[in-house]
Amino acid sequence: MVEWTAAERRHVEAVWSKIDIDVCGPLALQRCLIVYPWTQRYFGSFGDLSTDAAIVGNPKVAAHGVVALTGLRTALDHMDEIKSTYAALSVLHSEKLHVDPDNFRLLCECLTIVVAGKMGKKLSPEMQAAWQKYLCAVVSALGRQYH
Amino acid sequence: MSLTSKQKATVKDFFSKMSTRSDDIGAEALSRLVAVYPQTKSYFSHWKDASPGSAPVRKHGITIMGGVYDAVGKIDDLKGGLLSLSELHAFMLRVDPVNFKLLAHCMLVCMSMIFPEEFTPQVHVAVDKFLAQLALALAEKYR
Repeated sequence: MVEWTAAERRHVEAVWSKIDIDVCGPLALQRCLIVYPWTQRYFGSFGDLSTDAAIVGNPKVAAHGVVALTGLRTALDHMDEIKSTYAALSVLHSEKLHVDPDNFRLLCECLTIVVAGKMGKKLSPEMQAAWQKYLCAVVSALGRQYH
Repeated sequence: MSLTSKQKATVKDFFSKMSTRSDDIGAEALSRLVAVYPQTKSYFSHWKDASPGSAPVRKHGITIMGGVYDAVGKIDDLKGGLLSLSELHAFMLRVDPVNFKLLAHCMLVCMSMIFPEEFTPQVHVAVDKFLAQLALALAEKYR
């Protein structure tokens, strides 16, 4: 189980309080599809992803960005049981969606950069460290049921 | 994943815009590296204080950023241009190359923090590729 200090919990809550999921979710997924274009392989049914502008204007990408970020937020209410919280989602991503778990890390990198853009210097090094720890815990839980 | 000529131009343009804040970004990036990835402090055991925001960390972050700017000027031949720096890292410093990626991520976070409007996805991918190429060139002499 991941151990969290009181300060780390406060930092993670503080970051989430600054995140508008409806804004940051789409931005993070769009950025991931643009910066790491091989991630587009999972979104063949989403329509036009052929240009950066198409990705940014694609409503399915935006909607899915909200879904993904909402899923990432779930851990905030279950910080002491992250592994079990994501067990079913891990099975889904492995057995049904067949997503390479390294992509979770790539999406989280893009999310951090979007969050940094929104928060500026308010994202202190200590907050960034706690935030990174949170994302790593979720990413690890999501990859746990792969075999 | 080599840079297109458009991406090279994007990198040069963004680094030029960034130049007034480059010391700050370098200092912040290294501070964040040791904060977010504490294992990286292992390379700085000879400093009295390797905590985020400390004087030696900030100073060294500025030095590193200077090296990155230098590399922008050598963007057409990073391997050739960074030969002696690669030898330094390979034979003297022996920094595990995995850490180049970690520092690159911290630099991207700082660029996004300080230039949120300018650090578009297009700039992000160009700079990310550049830093990856830089890391490869730095690791050239490792083995």
